[in-house]
Amino acid sequence: MTRDLLGIRQLSTDQITDLLKRSDGYFRHLNSTDPFPESDLLKGRTVANLFFENSTRTRTSFELAEKRVGATSVSLSMQTSSVTKGESLIDTVKVINAMKLDCIVVRHSSAGVPILLRKHLPETTRIINAGDGAHEHPTQALLDAATLLEKLGSIYGKKIVIIGDIKHSRVARSNMLLLHKLGARVTMIAPLTLSPAYGAEVFGVNIRHEIGNELQDADAVMALRIQTERQTQSLFPGLIDFRQRYGLTPTRMQNTNSFILHPGPINRSVELDDETADSEKSVIYRQVMRGVAIRMAVLEWLFEN
Amino acid sequence: MDILLQNCRIVDPISGRDDTGMDIEITSGKISAIGKNLKSKAPLKNLNGAVVAPGFFDMHVHLREPGQEYKETIETGTRAAASGGFTGLCCMPNTDPPISDPFVVSYIREKAKNNLVDVEICGTMTKGRKGEELAPMQALSDAGIKMISDDGTAVASAEVMRRVFEYGKMFDFLCTEHCEEPTMTKGTCMHEGKVSTKLGMPGYPSVAEDIIISRDILLAEYVGGVRFHVAHLSTRNAVRLVREAKARGIMVSCEVTPHHFTLTDEAVETHFANAKMNPPLREKEDIEAVIAGLQDGTIDCISTDHAPHAAHEKETDMMSAAFGIIGCETAIGLGLTNLVHTGKLSLSKYIEISSANPRKLMKLPPIQIIEGASANLTIIDLNNEWTFSKQDIHSKSQNTPFIGTKLKGRAIGVINNNQLLWRQ
Repeated sequence: MTRDLLGIRQLSTDQITDLLKRSDGYFRHLNSTDPFPESDLLKGRTVANLFFENSTRTRTSFELAEKRVGATSVSLSMQTSSVTKGESLIDTVKVINAMKLDCIVVRHSSAGVPILLRKHLPETTRIINAGDGAHEHPTQALLDAATLLEKLGSIYGKKIVIIGDIKHSRVARSNMLLLHKLGARVTMIAPLTLSPAYGAEVFGVNIRHEIGNELQDADAVMALRIQTERQTQSLFPGLIDFRQRYGLTPTRMQNTNSFILHPGPINRSVELDDETADSEKSVIYRQVMRGVAIRMAVLEWLFEN
Repeated sequence: MDILLQNCRIVDPISGRDDTGMDIEITSGKISAIGKNLKSKAPLKNLNGAVVAPGFFDMHVHLREPGQEYKETIETGTRAAASGGFTGLCCMPNTDPPISDPFVVSYIREKAKNNLVDVEICGTMTKGRKGEELAPMQALSDAGIKMISDDGTAVASAEVMRRVFEYGKMFDFLCTEHCEEPTMTKGTCMHEGKVSTKLGMPGYPSVAEDIIISRDILLAEYVGGVRFHVAHLSTRNAVRLVREAKARGIMVSCEVTPHHFTLTDEAVETHFANAKMNPPLREKEDIEAVIAGLQDGTIDCISTDHAPHAAHEKETDMMSAAFGIIGCETAIGLGLTNLVHTGKLSLSKYIEISSANPRKLMKLPPIQIIEGASANLTIIDLNNEWTFSKQDIHSKSQNTPFIGTKLKGRAIGVINNNQLLWRQ
């Protein structure tokens, strides 16, 4: 059976550990000043990046990862293509797949699309979920874990705080699942309006609605991007109010040694103040570098055997 | 059509009859004799103890014609209904064009004439189902409309709803509301709960249904004397609200679908868009509440909300997929399996809520199984164990989560309008 990366939910703890380990080798090359060594690991393989939702950084990260493992890769920005001409999702993907693809990297605003495509595509086409609705974003959670592992030495027993719009965040969901599997203690901080219904029960995490003393003993804090459209949906009063309650301001970061993560793009002076984003404890660029390495590891893993 | 049905169990809740070993002779579509060991020249059909009940009526069916014939037609939809065990149905008005004028009514009547299945027609409450201006109620009433609804959406404006009740009351329409507060459910695709959280899907909270039910109960009480019917209710609080309103003497009635007493939101994980409907599948506690509502008479009837959609409208992501599932051909199997064989409802009560009650709400004459009456019958093999498969589907569409479901009991035949259909 061929492998897919549909979500963190489908991965065992061993598989997660294995992927993190594999990515380390690639990371060392990325982190060095030497030219990246050529690889023909995926020579003759074709990967298509189908982004039904806008993305610059994730798409670029996938494209670079694909090229660096030697695959032929093509990226399609689907909002501007056949989808707007009324073609159905399944038809669109099947047509592209008929051009002999070995792997599809898919991002879609609707949760469950990668699982749906798995039902409709031949088994020989591997599927990587690059983010589906508010459901999962497994490569993001893996790159976050790789970053945490590097900085903290281990994840088991560590306290990780995730703060911001949890309800609409696939990053939060994949991270909650992964961190739970690796034995971290996870605390979510979000206003009631941006907390998922029954989130604590469903994900086995703590949920708080204010920061309180939660940052003090945290090993890492991950801030999520707040989308301004949530304001027009009456989910929070405004960016100023959000910063006042949930912003990682220098004052709030004063009494903690925790590392700072953010999946990007950052709203400066909202989720993170400049001092926080650019502090020594910020590992945001590390996350980005780890992202390429993780995606290379995932591709290697998918095409093993 | 002449036939002698031998060895029947006649169950007629209206007369309180439940007799086994009976024969029924039907001559030219009329019941000519009922008794034991009847002699007749008519062709014989031994039912081996199968139940003969007054014809089942489904008061919430989307026949899709005119306008969406690629999903269903009057011909295929009524065939599905007959094959599922129904002799009558009411078709919903969210067609294209909607049933807002008498010409559409005539069109449907013309297509549905000479059918085994009686087709009643529901008109819209407001012009074009837009929720803004009243539909031409005099013309609809003259065309024989007995029920009005903007089904698919609720009338969002309380003021418009008040006027629907006031004007509709003059025609004694059954005013059927699809209870859904639109601002709370915009962009949602399933019930808001643990499963939606797990799957990351935007959720439709129960309270959005309950709010419109509350509003309309209060409006119905304020207007007074109007018949308010809650379509396909699905939440525990909806049951409570209707129960309390009935106790206060308000004229409110309601229906539940077989899928809402069978499945929970967990079905979305396995069936994806084939478990996407509006209202959505809720939780275990809601199923318990609707079953209690059926038991104590809070819920008047079972309707299918048969909602056919083409494959491409369902085999897509949850957000884009259409709402609804087909239901006529699984309704009786699900009812008998989950309500009767579990001992939650007596057979007689189940037949009453499937036959007598919807007809009463639609102001149709009651069906009697007596000599001289026109034969309008649903024939049920209670203990037939079967697995629902695509071959059982006569509807034009196949959007259902029940393929592969094991059921106990099914309709094996229907008789109505001097016509007869046996399950092959």
